[in-house]
Amino acid sequence: MQSVDIVIVGTGHGGAQAAIALRQQGFAGSILMLGRDGDLPYERPPLSKDYLARDKPFERIMIRPASFWQEREVQMRGGCAVVKVDPSAHQVELASGERIEYGKLIWATGGDPRRLLCPGSNLAGIHCIRDKADVDSLMAELDGGAKRIVVVGGGYIGLEAAAVLTKLGCQVTLLEALPRVLARVAGEELSAFYEAEHRAHGVDLRTGAQVVALSGSNGRVAAVELSDGTVMACDAVIVGIGIVPAVDPLIEAGAVHGNGVTVDAYCRTSLTDVYAIGDCAAYANGWADDATLRVESVQNAHDMASTVARHVMGEDASYVALPWFWSNQYDLKLQTVGLNTGYDATILRGNPAERSFSVIYLRHGKVVALDCVNRAKDYVQGRKLVEGRAKVGGDKLADPSTSLKDIASSH
Amino acid sequence: MGSVTVITRAGDRHQLKLRPGVSVMETIRDAGIDELLALCGGCCSCATCHVYVDPAFAGRIAPLSEDENDLLDSSDHRTEASRLSCQLALSEDLDGLTVRIAPED
Repeated sequence: MQSVDIVIVGTGHGGAQAAIALRQQGFAGSILMLGRDGDLPYERPPLSKDYLARDKPFERIMIRPASFWQEREVQMRGGCAVVKVDPSAHQVELASGERIEYGKLIWATGGDPRRLLCPGSNLAGIHCIRDKADVDSLMAELDGGAKRIVVVGGGYIGLEAAAVLTKLGCQVTLLEALPRVLARVAGEELSAFYEAEHRAHGVDLRTGAQVVALSGSNGRVAAVELSDGTVMACDAVIVGIGIVPAVDPLIEAGAVHGNGVTVDAYCRTSLTDVYAIGDCAAYANGWADDATLRVESVQNAHDMASTVARHVMGEDASYVALPWFWSNQYDLKLQTVGLNTGYDATILRGNPAERSFSVIYLRHGKVVALDCVNRAKDYVQGRKLVEGRAKVGGDKLADPSTSLKDIASSH
Repeated sequence: MGSVTVITRAGDRHQLKLRPGVSVMETIRDAGIDELLALCGGCCSCATCHVYVDPAFAGRIAPLSEDENDLLDSSDHRTEASRLSCQLALSEDLDGLTVRIAPED
């Protein structure tokens, strides 16, 4: 049986950064990364943007070159699905039955795309956007002439894909089940703005649209049926309705869990010597009044990984990094700082009609997050307000003639 | 084929092959130099690929955009020579370009 000091399960942003940070911190033991697919770690955000648009080939989205992992003595094994964790024996079991012994385990598996459960959801031509293979199969369909694309889900993935596909000349229909897009992550002002932008770019965007069935011929999807009886013919479907944290082996091993596996401020699960990081890990988040939640972002995966590396090396540094996020659609750059979880008021700063504005989120009168569209200055200067949980009057925040920097410094 | 010189935080100089169309950030990352986070992957959405550009090249590199300028303001180490390396696309006429990696914020 192979025995390794640190086994990292998952080769996404979190897993890759855990290995990078361990070596940077001087960890000299053996590191093994187990990935489900055979690719070396690559960036995920471009999958729904530059990579899908073919603006960047795969080589340009690698997190590090192949030589890097060899030089740092980080062993990579692809095609390995971990199906069982045995914390008392300090072993993981692969789908092949092989067992590997670990000193410490870092679980960085992210999530699996949530699937539609309605009739017809197993037809060919239904895609998700989570890893390279997903997007490669979608691109192959476009090459094969697919033009009419239905995107199910008005979250960031769906909206970004709709923007790229529209630019590529596809006829895109976007279906959101809730009354507005981005309903779970952003305020109404931002939702309304993005809905209008997508419609102006030719997307047939429908909210409150419930998919009840997919139908096809010869095993391939050819139409999407809605609860109001509408039937939309299509060549392909993209489903972007969130992820399910990939934590079953940890739960079966007895890990405390809720929405994902639960970790403490050092990213430790309740299992001895098992950490969890990134999209699959929930923790009491200081930026959300200690609500236990998962954060799905590169920043979160990266900074949790660095936290684990420091903890492994004996440093007492808990995870406190300020959350930030971005989304690019058309010529719109959205930058988010903070977490708007539980916000009770929003302030609009700037004019959406001018395509440069910010939505400032308040909770109990304090600034907790900003969504900034084509407004990097607010994003940069607003950080200080979020960090200081600043209590500022709405009139002041809404006035674009006063910089957020001045507001922060006078506060 | 031209080259780009990168000076790390530790002061090591690396002479790297210049690949036209590829950014300075990617050139640094692909060389295995492990000092840039470049978290957003090069889309000018963060400020984690900050470098100082040799002033001799100031007139030849792409001008600073408003977004980049705003993002650089988030660094405590900003100088006249500051740029985000993901925004510096290389071309043959930048042969000999020297950049130094800025301190971590």
